[in-house]
Amino acid sequence: MNATRIGYALLIVLALVAPLFAYPVFLMKALCFALFACAFNLLLGYAGLMSFGHAMFFGMAGYFYGHVVKAWNLAPEAGLLAGVAGAALLGLVTGALAIRRQGIYFAMITLAFAQMVYFFCIQAPFTGGEDGLQGIPRTALLGGLIPIKDDKVLYYVVLAIFLFGYAAIYRTIHSPFGQVLKAIRDNEQRAKSLGYEADRYKLLAFVLSAALAGLAGATKAMVQQFATLTDVAASTSGEVVLMALVGGLGTIIGPVVGAFIIVTMQNYLAFTGEFVLVIQGAIFVVIVLAFRKGVVGELADWWKRRQAR
Amino acid sequence: MFELLGIPPQALFGQLLLGLINGAFYAMLSLGLAVIFGMLNVINFTHGAQYMMGAFAAWLLLGILDVPFWASLVLAPIIVGLFGIVLEKLLLKRIYHLDHLYGFLLTFGLALVIEGLFQWKWGSSGAPYPNPIPGGFNLGFMFLPTYRGFVVVAALVICLATWYGIERTKLGAYLRAATENPTLVRAFGINVPRLITLTYGLGVALAALAGVLAAPIQQVSALMGVNLVLVVFAVVVIGGMGSIMGSIVTGFGLGLVEGLTKVFYPPASNTVIFVVMALVLLIKPAGLFGQTK
Repeated sequence: MNATRIGYALLIVLALVAPLFAYPVFLMKALCFALFACAFNLLLGYAGLMSFGHAMFFGMAGYFYGHVVKAWNLAPEAGLLAGVAGAALLGLVTGALAIRRQGIYFAMITLAFAQMVYFFCIQAPFTGGEDGLQGIPRTALLGGLIPIKDDKVLYYVVLAIFLFGYAAIYRTIHSPFGQVLKAIRDNEQRAKSLGYEADRYKLLAFVLSAALAGLAGATKAMVQQFATLTDVAASTSGEVVLMALVGGLGTIIGPVVGAFIIVTMQNYLAFTGEFVLVIQGAIFVVIVLAFRKGVVGELADWWKRRQAR
Repeated sequence: MFELLGIPPQALFGQLLLGLINGAFYAMLSLGLAVIFGMLNVINFTHGAQYMMGAFAAWLLLGILDVPFWASLVLAPIIVGLFGIVLEKLLLKRIYHLDHLYGFLLTFGLALVIEGLFQWKWGSSGAPYPNPIPGGFNLGFMFLPTYRGFVVVAALVICLATWYGIERTKLGAYLRAATENPTLVRAFGINVPRLITLTYGLGVALAALAGVLAAPIQQVSALMGVNLVLVVFAVVVIGGMGSIMGSIVTGFGLGLVEGLTKVFYPPASNTVIFVVMALVLLIKPAGLFGQTK
């Protein structure tokens, strides 16, 4: 356990000094996706529910944030709150319907709802259609105390938001609630026979995951000052699955690692255009066939084997 | 002529025909998905990409070898079906023992690769495919382009033939038996892995056939299957994958529902199928034709 603590301490120090040698906007984008992937992993890795429509929470929260901050001229805090609350509400409605089916159907239903939200966003007046919401102002946080116009300042705000989200997920997983979730994931019938109302637990996990994905999406809109259709599209839902998968499903730090790998890759391969998709697809295939535990899972296994020797 | 609720019959029947055509594609694609899922326990996310490959195969056959539409109708599904068989032999068969989820993810990745490669090579703007039977009939209440009528009839024939093949022939009986209990069927000396490969090839060929039929109606483009496959997933959830006839009826029915929505409330036409899905989940979670478990 001590090694884990030292590891976390090192990572936090690294995160604190990172803007000195990396571009803050890139780091913030990666942190947003990392939180998004963690939220997704809370659902798949710990509740065994595979949502293939998480972009709807991520993207819609961005729109909510943009609308509240730009059209209503409210503070960014209100925007973040609106993003989280909106995503949670959307999660409640879609989750309540989706958990009526199990397994692969669950994935297809969430995917279909996300597509419905996508079509809605193309047509709805407040999303700006194909153009999206642009030029969302970066007004200061805490009534003027924290000027987030400066990227370096905003970076620490985003880092704080990320750590808050990560801590919330960590607490959830290690709480009695998290234990019940794992029990349901491993054997739903048995959990039910022990008196746990599986559906209620699943729905709560779904709403929680949606709210955290919303937090990530709203934060991303705050950073990039725009909200677009890309963030609600099915491709984004696929990306977050890929991030969690690359990092390691069911490991708490895995999705963070996966998000950084994928965002970095997209950054460096952006010049190849459509080829990014081909490479992402190929990674999916390779991971599913050969490295189902992901980077963190495989490393942990290797470490365990080493210890055992 | 008569009017219905203030809608001119031309518009009404025109949209109904469009709906019927969309429904024909939903039916053919959801049928293939259901057949593949029954046998392989894999939701074939690559289905949309294989539909696109069918259209592309016809377009390339015409452009390079001057192969006419009617020959492509046979050749393209065979080519794409063989490609599917290779995929199954090389990749899919390695994941049958795993959770359904991995098949979904694997085929999703494959779809990204295939669609990405086609987009890289041919762009995403799309190319026209000449209409093989131009002209049409004036039915009095509407104008029916011959080719569109042909598509609806062809799709019906294909769907019913598939139904017949699975429900009424000996091979179909093996197939259904192997879906129920592969071990037992193997004990009778039937090569189940080969049956699985064949099923996947057939399902893929069916998607490609739909693609060839779609080519003269739509633009042939790398991304033509991307959104379609997502709608077909909703169709599959609504119908339930338990029954072949169920897939066919649901597919055509939802196409009609979509067409009607276009007449009476156009802004909802993109989302109506998903709304139907939500309603079905509320009322009959197992799907219209599905059994629980």
